[in-house]
Amino acid sequence: MDKLLEVNELTKRYSQGNVLARITLTAVDHVSFYIKPAEIFTLAGESGCGKTTTAKLVLGFEEATSGTMLHNGKMQTRREKAWITRGVQAIFQDPFSTFNPLRTVDSYFHETVRNFRLARSKQEAVDRIDQKLRLVGLTYQEFAGKYPNEFSGGQLQRISIARALVTDPKLLIADEPVSMVDASLRMSIVNLFKQLRDELGVSILYITHDLATAYYVSDRIAIMFRGNIVEMGTVEEVLMNPRHPYSQLLRDSIPQVDPEKRWTTTVTLSELEHEEYLRQGCKFAGRCPDVMDICKGVVPADIYIDDVLVKCHKYSGK
Amino acid sequence: MIEEKTVILRTEHLKAFYLLEVHGTQKTVKAVNDVDIQIYENEIYGIAGESGCGKTTLLKTLFGEIVPPLRLIDGKIFYRIDDDEVDVSRMKSEAKRKLRMEYISYIPQGSMSVFNPVLKIKGTFADFIGSHVHGQSRAEIFELARERILELGLPKNVLDVYPHQLSGGMRQRVTIALAASLNPRIMIGDEPTTALDVVVQRGVIQMLKDIQKNLKNTIVLVTHDMGVHANIADRIGIMYAGKLIEEATTEKIFAQPLHPYTQFLINSLPKFGDKSMRDSVPGSPPSLADLPTGCPFHPRCPHVKDICRQEMPNFHHLDENHKVACWLVGEA
Amino acid sequence: MKTLIDLFKDYRFSFAFVVLLVILIMALLSFFSPYDPTLWYVVPRDLKPSSEHLLGTDSNGQDIFWQATYAVRNSLTISLISASVSRVIAILVGMIAGYKGGTIDRVLMFLGDSLLVIPLFLIFVMLAMMVREHMNLVVLGLMLSFFGWPWDARLIRSMVLSLRERDFTRTALLSGTGTIKLVLKEYMPFTMPLIFSTLINNMAFAIGLEITLALLGLVDLTIPTLGTMLNWAYFSHAILLERWWWILTPVILSICMFIALYWLSVSISEYLDPRTRIQRVGA
Repeated sequence: MDKLLEVNELTKRYSQGNVLARITLTAVDHVSFYIKPAEIFTLAGESGCGKTTTAKLVLGFEEATSGTMLHNGKMQTRREKAWITRGVQAIFQDPFSTFNPLRTVDSYFHETVRNFRLARSKQEAVDRIDQKLRLVGLTYQEFAGKYPNEFSGGQLQRISIARALVTDPKLLIADEPVSMVDASLRMSIVNLFKQLRDELGVSILYITHDLATAYYVSDRIAIMFRGNIVEMGTVEEVLMNPRHPYSQLLRDSIPQVDPEKRWTTTVTLSELEHEEYLRQGCKFAGRCPDVMDICKGVVPADIYIDDVLVKCHKYSGK
Repeated sequence: MIEEKTVILRTEHLKAFYLLEVHGTQKTVKAVNDVDIQIYENEIYGIAGESGCGKTTLLKTLFGEIVPPLRLIDGKIFYRIDDDEVDVSRMKSEAKRKLRMEYISYIPQGSMSVFNPVLKIKGTFADFIGSHVHGQSRAEIFELARERILELGLPKNVLDVYPHQLSGGMRQRVTIALAASLNPRIMIGDEPTTALDVVVQRGVIQMLKDIQKNLKNTIVLVTHDMGVHANIADRIGIMYAGKLIEEATTEKIFAQPLHPYTQFLINSLPKFGDKSMRDSVPGSPPSLADLPTGCPFHPRCPHVKDICRQEMPNFHHLDENHKVACWLVGEA
Repeated sequence: MKTLIDLFKDYRFSFAFVVLLVILIMALLSFFSPYDPTLWYVVPRDLKPSSEHLLGTDSNGQDIFWQATYAVRNSLTISLISASVSRVIAILVGMIAGYKGGTIDRVLMFLGDSLLVIPLFLIFVMLAMMVREHMNLVVLGLMLSFFGWPWDARLIRSMVLSLRERDFTRTALLSGTGTIKLVLKEYMPFTMPLIFSTLINNMAFAIGLEITLALLGLVDLTIPTLGTMLNWAYFSHAILLERWWWILTPVILSICMFIALYWLSVSISEYLDPRTRIQRVGA
C-alpha cells in the first residue's frame, strides 16, 4: 500500500518539576498511524490528548523521544525540518495569531516564494501567489499591502491555507483550523479541505475536537486519549459505530443540532488531569462505565475488529 | 406546559451604542439596535448569532452594566422584582449593585481571573457569600459555602484546593456555582461552554440545566454554537447586526426556521450520518459601525428583494411564540 | 507628525522635550566656548553672576556657564555610551537567551542575575579605584554599561519567550525564514518600545552614578562633568562661603535632566504601550 506518511511507535515525554519532585508525562505514547496520498486523516480528541504534540513532532518543531517517521518509505531524521525537506506545511488554530500584526500579510507569501526559490521574477511570484489565493476564493489585489487586522477570522484562515499551498505541499497539517472560526463560516474552510484533496491530491492531517466536521470531511479517523490512540478506522465505522467506551462517550457528547435528541444520561468528568496521565493500565479506567479489574493494571493491546483498531480489554479474546 | 408565563426581564426599543473616537473622527458602533425582548420566569433563553452581532453587548445591557464607551441611547430595561416592574436603566448604581448576584448574576468565562489565586476556593466562596449575607461568623459562612457546593453537585474536595489546581472544566463549573450560590432569579451566561472540550461542555450544560430546574429561575445564555442551544434552550432569539431577527421555541427554530439567516445557521452545521455538501453563510457579517440600509442581512441574502434594501421589516407574528422580521414572510 | 502632536498633548512630554532641548543646546554651545575647560584662572575668581559671566565664576577662576556647557556635554556623552552599549548587550543576550532557551539561556541568565544581586555600588567603587589612572569618558561609559544590561536583558528575554510561542513564529519558520531574520523581522518591532524606554532610563542611571562616583572623587576631576563640577564646588566650601551660583548650577541642571528623562521615558512608553494605544484610539 502507498503510504505518504507512516508514523511508528512515536513517543514524546516531558519532564516537569525540579530535581526533588520530578514527574514525567508521556504526552504521546507509542502512537502509530499512516496517511495515504490524497486522504484526509483526522486525529480527534480532547485538549491534552496529545494530538497537537503529535503534529509538532511530525513537522519537526519538536524532537521525539522515540519512534520513527517515514515519508514515502524514507526515514525522517531527528529534528529534520519537514517543511523544507518533505513538502509538509501547516496551518494553525488562531487565525489572528498566525500572522504578525505588525507585518503585512503578503510579505509572508513573498518570503515563502523567495526562501523556497519558487519564482525567477517578481511577476512570476505574484502570479504564483495569486493562483494559490484564487484556490481559497481570494485575489492578490484584495490582499496586497494589508495588515492582518484588516481581515476577518475566516478570511485570515483561508489566507493561511493559501500561504501553506504556495510551496505545493503534499501533506497539510491543520491543527484545530476551525475552532476559532465562527460556526457559520466553518464549512467554507472545511469544504476547502475537500476541494484540496479532490482537485490537488493534497493529503491533510486534520486535528480537531469537533467530531461533526471530522465526520463530514475525513476519510479515516483516530481517536486519541491521554497520549494513546484508542480507536482508529474509517470515519463511518468509528463514528457511526464507536466501539471503545471513550469514543462512545465522545460521540455522545457532541451536541446534536436537533432538540429532539437531547442528552438523557449524565457524564462523569475527570477532576485532575495529571492523575489520568500517570494512571497505570488503561488511562480511561477511572471514568469507564464498563471498567473491569484488568483495566486498572494492564495496558490493553491493540485489537483489530473489521479493520478498526480498538485499544480496550472489552474486546480481547473475541 | 400550559401555565401563565410571567415576564421577568423585558426591554423596550433598547438601543445601546459604542461611541468611539478613532483618529479624531466620531464612530458609532450600533451593537444593540432597537431590541425588544421578553424573557419569562423559569426558562432558559438562548441568544445566537455570529461574533460581532452584538450579543455580548446585549447581555451587558441586560445585566445593567453600561459603562463608557458603551452608552444607552434609547429604550428601557425592566426587571420584575416582587411583582413590580422596575426600570433598571434609571436605577442608581448603588441600587443596581445590590441586585447583582442576589437577583441577577453573571457567569463569566471560567478564566483564572475570576478567582483570587492565593485563596483556596472556599475562601473565594466565603468572601463572596460573606459580602452579601451579613451578621454571620466566618465559620458559618464556610459551612454555607460547603452546603451550596454539595447542592450544586460539585465534589467537596474542590473547596480545599487552589484555583490553579482545577482543570478547565472544573473551574468553569465552580464559576457557575459561584454565580448560583445566592439563588439569583436570573443568571446570565456569555459563552460559558465555548472554550471547553465536548465532554466537559456536556457536563457544564448538564449542570446549568440542573440549577435551572432546582431554582426555577431564568437563564439567559449567549453562544454561537447552535448545538448547545438545541440541547439547553427553551426559546431562542437569533441576533444579526445588533437586531433580533427571529425568535421562537427551540423546536420551532430547528424544525421550521423562517429567516434566511436562521436557515443558513442551521443548515451549515454538519450532522452525523449525513455527508451531503453543506455551505457556510455566504459573505461576512457587516461592520456594526457601517450598517447597510434596510434589512442588514440583504447583502448576503439569496432571496433579496427591492424592499429589503430600503426598509427594515417589522416583526411578523406567526403565533404566540414565533416571530420573524423578514420581508419574505407574512407581508407577501 | 501626528505622533508628535499626540505626544505634546501630554504635559510631561512637553516639559521633558523643552528641558532636554535647552540642555542639548547648552551641550552644543560648548564647542563655541571662549575658554579651555581644563585651564584654571582664566577669569577673575568668585564673581557673582553678571552680564559678562552669566552664572558667575568659581574659585578656580573658571566661567561657570561655559564650564557647565562642557559638563552637560560630557555627562550626556557618558550616558549615551553607557546606554547604547548596554542596550546592545541587553538585546543580544535577551534575544539569544529567549530564542535559544535551554543551557544557553540558563548560563546567560545566571550571569545577568549575578550582576543584579551583587552589591553593585561597592564593586563599582573598587573598579573605579583600580582604573583611576586611565579613567576617561569612554572607560567610564563602558564600565557603567557593563552593569546596565541585566535587568533589561531579562525583560527582552521574557518578551521573546512569549513571542516564540505565538503562531506567527511558526508561520515564519514554515515560510522558510532563518533564525536571524526571524528574530530581526518578527521580534524586533515588538521589543522596540521597551528598548527605547529602557534606553532613557539607563541614561538617567548612568548620569546619576557618574555624579556619585565624582562626588567620591573616583573619576578624573580635570574633565568637567556634572559630577566633577559638584565635587569642586562642594570641596571648595561653596556652600559655606555662600557661593550659591556655583553649587546650584550642577544641582539644578542634574535635577532638571533627571525629571526630563524620567518624564520622557514615562510618556513615550505610555504612548507606545499597546494597551494605552487602544484606549487612545478607542478601537
